[in-house]
Amino acid sequence: MGRYLLRRLILLVPVLLGVSVVVFLVLHLAPGDPAEIMLGSQATQEDVARLRADLGLDEPLPLQYARWMAHVVQGDLGRSIRMRQPVLGEVLIRFRATLLLAATALILSTAGGIALGVLSAARPRSLVDRLSTLGSIFGASMPSFWLGLVLMVCFSLWLGWLPASGMYGARGTGGLGDLLSHLALPAVTLAAASMTIIARLTRSTMLDVLRQDFVRTARAKGLVERGVVLRHALRNALIPTVTVVGVQAGYLLGGAVLTETVFAWPGVGTLMIQGILARDFPLVQGCVLVIALVFVLFNLAVDLLYAFLDPRIRYE
Amino acid sequence: MSPSRLLSRIPRNQLALAAGLVIAAAGLAALLAPYLPLLDPDVVDTPNRLRPPGSPGHLLGTDEFGRDMLARLVWGARISLLAGVATATASMLVGVLLGLHAGYWGGRVDTVVMRLTDILMAFPYILLAIAIVAGLGPGLTNAMVAIAIVGFPLYARLVRGVVLSLREREFVEAARALGSPDRVILRRHLLPHLLAPVVVAWSLDVGAKILATAGLSFLGLGSQPPTADWGSMLATARTFVVLRPHVALLPGLAIFVVVLSLNVLGDALQDFLDPRLRHN
Repeated sequence: MGRYLLRRLILLVPVLLGVSVVVFLVLHLAPGDPAEIMLGSQATQEDVARLRADLGLDEPLPLQYARWMAHVVQGDLGRSIRMRQPVLGEVLIRFRATLLLAATALILSTAGGIALGVLSAARPRSLVDRLSTLGSIFGASMPSFWLGLVLMVCFSLWLGWLPASGMYGARGTGGLGDLLSHLALPAVTLAAASMTIIARLTRSTMLDVLRQDFVRTARAKGLVERGVVLRHALRNALIPTVTVVGVQAGYLLGGAVLTETVFAWPGVGTLMIQGILARDFPLVQGCVLVIALVFVLFNLAVDLLYAFLDPRIRYE
Repeated sequence: MSPSRLLSRIPRNQLALAAGLVIAAAGLAALLAPYLPLLDPDVVDTPNRLRPPGSPGHLLGTDEFGRDMLARLVWGARISLLAGVATATASMLVGVLLGLHAGYWGGRVDTVVMRLTDILMAFPYILLAIAIVAGLGPGLTNAMVAIAIVGFPLYARLVRGVVLSLREREFVEAARALGSPDRVILRRHLLPHLLAPVVVAWSLDVGAKILATAGLSFLGLGSQPPTADWGSMLATARTFVVLRPHVALLPGLAIFVVVLSLNVLGDALQDFLDPRLRHN
């Protein structure tokens, strides 16, 4: 396991370097002078010159990258032009909200997806199975931001059960109940598509496992069906699910950007969109870099977990 | 009859036929939009703003500026469908070209292409598209460029995998032994084998690309007002969803129905082209 871990960590280096190059180049994609674009047409020549100097835009590109990286590895992601604050602090504050949303959605989609998958596999061609299949086709086709709006119309506007936006109510207590009621709709919206994918995979692996000899033996021993499905089959069917859950966690981090916008959730996604519309490049770079880093590290963790669960992976 | 029996009675090919009809109708409406008896999608008529569906002269109601929803949905189909097809095609062309060469030549070409796809796939899909639009600036063309860039690694990896298994096969060896140049082997012997998997991937990808473009427009990074596009219609309608839910629900429903039909068609195509799946 130690050697596998080392190999994976070495492989991470070029990917991280590549990610940093892409994020760095975001600033330089725009045709024209980034400083002028950031400050807009109202800016004076002095302001533009000052920003150019601050960002080191007069230097050759490789030198700019090296300087930027030297700051990044020390935790300095620059200063936001719009907020006049260090980017890292602002991104980390907002990242907590994003992480809360994505983690809740991940728990919902994993628990719901596995439960649906097991129920479908235990009774193939039943109503639950067919509805779950239908749900998986719908899940892949439904824009998450639209699902969010539909849920908002139903549960906030028509039924009045849950708040429509934000993280805490203006007149709310600011306590856990207030937070959970605000979290419910965005988390369900974000979890829906992943849940259908996890359900599909769990169903197909469970169907494979249920056909194997050890399951037949367990049944022949006279164990109750529930015990056979949950204790014998499910344990073996969960290994591929772990990988998909990991992939979905990354998707949830990206998808959170859209969901946050629908529900005005104060996460890093809404911060990034505000940054883009205000042409605040350091802020955008900071947001993208932090999300991408977490995504890469999470994928590594999932691969390691997978190698731990299935020793064959380590020797490939 | 129980609902499960009812559902099982819909054969797959009929479902695919229905999906095909939806796509054909949406495509025709988009193509013929200038010739259809529709109101101007951009004409503002504030006294008639936010009319509900079924109002006189406005079958699907009006939006926050009194513009006809039906006309905007049909004109929006032009942009949304075009964006889906164009970005999926661009991703496919770049991906096939890179994957073909990476798989065939191996060595350094393969390493460079694969590391490039590794890096691009190290970002959550939509995040990278957003980052590229952030650099290029908001707008429909830039959003489409971003989505096409983000999408090509999928094709590159798929094609590389197929080519890796094909290049050692006897027919390639025979062509090489007969003195065919690499260019001919790539074009005449390998490319035709890629058609089926690439067409299936492309057909499933168009729907995903429509969703991605609509997503960027929803965030304000794609098509800009007053251009009608399903994603941006949803974005502007968000503010009025309390007063009139139809302004937000209709464009979303259009995206959902079209993408669902594309996915059903893609699945059917996959079953048709892969004999192993045909009887499942």
